[in-house]
Amino acid sequence: MTNRLAQIGADGETLVASYLESRGATIIARNWRIKGGEIDLVARLDGMLLFIEVKSRSSAKFGHPLEAIGPEKAFRLQRLALAWIATHDHWGADYRIDCAAVHFRHGLKPEIEYRAGVL
Amino acid sequence: MPLARVKSIALVGLRGEIVDIEVDISDGLPGYSLLGLPDAALLESKERVRSALQNSGAPWPNKRVTVSLSPAWLPKSGSGFDLPIAVALLVAQGLVAQCELTTLIFLGELALDGAIKPIRGILPALLAAVERGITTAIIPVANAAESIGVEGIQAIPIARMSEVISFLEAGVMPDFHREDLHKESASSNDLSEIVGQKKARHALEMAAIGGHHLLFIGPPGTGKTMLAERIPTIMPPLTRVEALEVAAIHSIAGALATRHVTSIVPPFVSPHHTTTTTAMVGGGANFIRPGACSMAHRGVLFIDEAPECKAGVLDSLRQPLESGSVSISRASGTVTFPADFLLVLAANPCPCGRYNGKGRACTCSSLQIRRYLQRLSGPLLDRIDIRSFVEVPSRTELASTDAGESSEIVRARVVAARNIAATRFNGLPWQLNSQIPASQLRNKFRARKEGMAFLHAQLDDEQISARGYHKVLRLAWTIADREGISVPGLPEVESAYQLRQGAEAL
Repeated sequence: MTNRLAQIGADGETLVASYLESRGATIIARNWRIKGGEIDLVARLDGMLLFIEVKSRSSAKFGHPLEAIGPEKAFRLQRLALAWIATHDHWGADYRIDCAAVHFRHGLKPEIEYRAGVL
Repeated sequence: MPLARVKSIALVGLRGEIVDIEVDISDGLPGYSLLGLPDAALLESKERVRSALQNSGAPWPNKRVTVSLSPAWLPKSGSGFDLPIAVALLVAQGLVAQCELTTLIFLGELALDGAIKPIRGILPALLAAVERGITTAIIPVANAAESIGVEGIQAIPIARMSEVISFLEAGVMPDFHREDLHKESASSNDLSEIVGQKKARHALEMAAIGGHHLLFIGPPGTGKTMLAERIPTIMPPLTRVEALEVAAIHSIAGALATRHVTSIVPPFVSPHHTTTTTAMVGGGANFIRPGACSMAHRGVLFIDEAPECKAGVLDSLRQPLESGSVSISRASGTVTFPADFLLVLAANPCPCGRYNGKGRACTCSSLQIRRYLQRLSGPLLDRIDIRSFVEVPSRTELASTDAGESSEIVRARVVAARNIAATRFNGLPWQLNSQIPASQLRNKFRARKEGMAFLHAQLDDEQISARGYHKVLRLAWTIADREGISVPGLPEVESAYQLRQGAEAL
């Protein structure tokens, strides 16, 4: 079960990564992980750093995937983004935090909902 | 269109303000913020609106939703904004067209299953809407009765969110049967049920004619409450405007379950003697509610066991007695409710209740007796024109099978007497004898010479105060009106003196 969920998550991240690349972004990092948490995707688009949280769902039963990002999670994303900038010596860089929802529906093409600059 | 604007009404006391409910749906994390000084009930609207929309087959936007209630400075309260918020969300999602919503208001609370529940204050909200040029209102079906008396607005009672959607999308009017609304319950009280009590009946009639406040003193079980309860049945029926005014106050208080909205019987309100000042004059933190004295507007406020009231409660009535309205100030604002009532107090003559001037059965000391009625403050007693002692009915009275005069007969006399007064006061700022200013009583509205001479003699003997002197004159006018005498003479003044001093011996 856990494996299946992890697989859905990884599939979602791959989909979002290729979606971003198709729009001219460069993926810099995937699943960057430190003690405080994990950033799903780090990308660069027109000189701006993008930190992307990907939420995948195989069912709509438990509400919209992006609803899972509450104030606490949003705060963590903000902190992680700054941590990445600090450890990679990008002080002063423009950055943006985005969220993407990937809906996997049985028998249908996966659907990506991309929200830019959510925080 | 991700932007929508829908109208509703917020009440500040009896005054209604148009509130614009603006909804903006923007990209971002799913969230919901409600702006415009909402109270707790209004903040919870999010969960109700969401479930109600989803259970009515309408989508919920999984985006950033901002709801703004403007004017932003006006504190808003209650659940009545659920429905307009839900409609605005539909408009913002492009499911309903924005047009035609400018002359339409929405009022109603949503249940989770999409049913529309009643709210308080529909009637004053509709009256305010008419003033502001609104032509149509969508209201909860359970509040439909409140729209009957309001002219100039089409009120559409609606039972479910899904009906609102089909009304807005296709103009489908919901099924509604107006004949369900008429269910006036006739009052069963009648003056004919009272045995004997000639003096008290006379006092009641005078109070109803001249609008004189009244104090009944008598041992327990003599019928003080029964008498007071029957005052509304002998008062002139309310006019249409007055009836609306009374119903609007009851609507705000959520008390229309106990009073029919089109009722023309003056209200009768009898708060218990342990009541608080707030309950008496009105109050509340966010939503300021009318108190008992406003509920009794155009009717009777009856306080049984008046000396038992907590200090200050009765005296809080002095302002409304003087001005006919109460102003209540709280952090959320100042609200004025009308409070023009006939005050009827009932009291036992002493703590044990059996003192009747003969002192046979009473166990109280003379000091106790004196102190008991002193709990009614002087300034309050000064505003009471008639003091009537209600005696234990005698054996012959109880044995009598003759019914007393019915309320209908007495009411006819009251109406006739009031008409005489109204003709006399034509063009003057007051309508009732109890409202004649003191200066006018000494000039234009004097009694005949013999009557005035009697009063001056009492004044010289220090039997009455200057205020009492004026009160007696006002009562004399009422008695003259009842007897069809154009100007009060000696008999009327003497009779008025009796009514005024009736229980002074105690």
